[in-house]
Amino acid sequence: MTIANNMKLNSLNPGQQGVINAIDAEQGLHQRLNAMGFRIGKKIELIRRASFNGPLHVRIGATDIILRGIDAARIQLIPA
Amino acid sequence: MKRIALLGMPNTGKSTLFNRLSGASARVGNWPGITVDLMSAKILMGGHIAELIDLPGLYDLHGFSDDEQVVRHFLSNNMVDLAIIVLNSSQIDRQLSLALQIKNLGLPTILLLNMQDEAKRAGISIDTLAMSQQLGFPVVQISAKYGDGCPQALQVAAKQLADKKNEISPQAVAALLEADVQIEQDMHNIVKKSVQMPAELNDETTDKIDKVLLHPMFGLPLFFIAMFLLFQFIFSAGAPLQAGMAWVLALLRSTILEPLLSGLPVWLNGLLLDGIFNGISTVAAFVPIIVLFFLVMSMVEDSGYLSRAAFLMDALMSKIGLDGRGFVMVLMGFGCNVPALMGTRVMRSRPMRLLTMLVIPLSLCSARLQVFLFMIAALFKPQQAAYIMFTLYMVSFFTIFLTAILFKGQYKSTEPFILELPPYRFPTPRQIWLRGWQEVKYFLNRATKFIVIGVVMVWALTHYPTNVPPASVGTLAGQIGALFAPILNPIGIDTQLAIALIFGFVAKEIVIGSLAVIYGMQGDALSHQIATNIDWVQGMSFMLFTLIYTPCLSTIATMKSESKSSAFMWLSIAWSLGLAWVVSFIFYQGARALGF
Repeated sequence: MTIANNMKLNSLNPGQQGVINAIDAEQGLHQRLNAMGFRIGKKIELIRRASFNGPLHVRIGATDIILRGIDAARIQLIPA
Repeated sequence: MKRIALLGMPNTGKSTLFNRLSGASARVGNWPGITVDLMSAKILMGGHIAELIDLPGLYDLHGFSDDEQVVRHFLSNNMVDLAIIVLNSSQIDRQLSLALQIKNLGLPTILLLNMQDEAKRAGISIDTLAMSQQLGFPVVQISAKYGDGCPQALQVAAKQLADKKNEISPQAVAALLEADVQIEQDMHNIVKKSVQMPAELNDETTDKIDKVLLHPMFGLPLFFIAMFLLFQFIFSAGAPLQAGMAWVLALLRSTILEPLLSGLPVWLNGLLLDGIFNGISTVAAFVPIIVLFFLVMSMVEDSGYLSRAAFLMDALMSKIGLDGRGFVMVLMGFGCNVPALMGTRVMRSRPMRLLTMLVIPLSLCSARLQVFLFMIAALFKPQQAAYIMFTLYMVSFFTIFLTAILFKGQYKSTEPFILELPPYRFPTPRQIWLRGWQEVKYFLNRATKFIVIGVVMVWALTHYPTNVPPASVGTLAGQIGALFAPILNPIGIDTQLAIALIFGFVAKEIVIGSLAVIYGMQGDALSHQIATNIDWVQGMSFMLFTLIYTPCLSTIATMKSESKSSAFMWLSIAWSLGLAWVVSFIFYQGARALGF
């Protein structure tokens, strides 16, 4: 399941993976994403989406994280 | 006395470790430079007494959340002789950043890698020796939950405390906290040299459970069914315990206290037996059910299911201006509103935090639960009880949603919602026991502070002046009731209930205690008396008012200290009182108009 270049995290399908290429966020959010393990070059997988357009459940290494689509849209991926 | 600070990321079992090390001796205390209370305990370390302080969990020493600022302020204002860092072994690859940030401060430090059992299961092996050489301070793997490695960790801490004298002043720490260099690079190098991780990490059990519990269609219904079953369990297991407790207390009165106190003057006998004893024992009968409630709540809290609840509910919560975490706080508020209000510290955006704090006092806390259990038992048939209780929980949710929708325009926020999903964990009996004991201690503490003073005051108000019958119109209580009658009559609340409501402003635990004092009865006799005095419509109106108006003085105080705004505190009080009156008015007049 390869993905297109410069795809946004929020447009992945469950089960798809990508590598973080860029994080387009202001300092506060950037720092928070960093602390959660969102770093450039890290592999990330979309596990599932909550119903009613709810948050995304993603996995980076051993850490499972949930975040909203609007915040996930700031994370750009390249194929793994 | 040496001072030891416990630092770590959230969800690393830091508090479990703190509880294990401190036993049940923890105290809440104030510290220079910060406005919130921190838990601390005196522990024996290497033959000396040392003070252990549990600092709030943080992701980043340089972060912007309130908790992260609390840690910074603490370290900048208080001399620390040893920093104990707690990290999660299975997430060491990213959590090491915190250890490096603290290393940069130059304090004597040791690193504890917790949850070694989980890491082992996930196939992660850590060379603690290699890591400790890289870091320049000791590293020990432990399991705070099962106690593995804890004695060794204590020894290492004691040795470090004896060997290394802290020469870094808080001022120097403050200066260092400003700078943040090279951490990324160091972290990468150390992980590369000392940690081996399988390429794909998967906690299979957690994945399997998540597949069911987070299912797109069944996730939410399963959540509500699970909650319903838990409440069902609490009430069905708690009822016999409650009956047993009431029986023991009645026996205590008739066989020991009454003969013992019979020689006292009539007024003192009345104050002690019909005042203090009746008041406290009516409340105490509910202690077993409350303890059970907190045990179940803490199991759910520690299991990791609450973060899943946040995931499931976020879509709905975002429509009312809150987020998934807000829902979790409301659930915690079902236990007690105070810790739920303090839990909002994880929110960075002030508007979001204030909106969450505005709705939390509307969640039906365990103190209000006591009032409802008592009133329902007195006024309704046993087979109706579950439905009435369920209705009250629904009203609680309804008022929360209504409040959020009405105020979300004032508290707009674009706070990102990012939350970690920890693996499912099962708390050990020791954890559950410690938690239950803390709740009992908290209750007894409140009992001495609020309930005794409250019931004595109610007794005084209902017995003076002495030349009229107790609790009649001529007493002080009757006069206060008459004063409030124009406001409370339209919602069906009589003089006796009005007194209970007024004292309920201090704490809801006093409400049934003061009813016991007002009527001078306890147990079944009190229930029968109330059932003959008011009908179910009045009772329901009373319960609705109790549910919605300000929960207690502690909540108000917490509201003020957490929001740092008196205006916000007054808004909350005014809104809840107004809403309580309007809802009760609509219910009472509506029910009467329909002929009930």
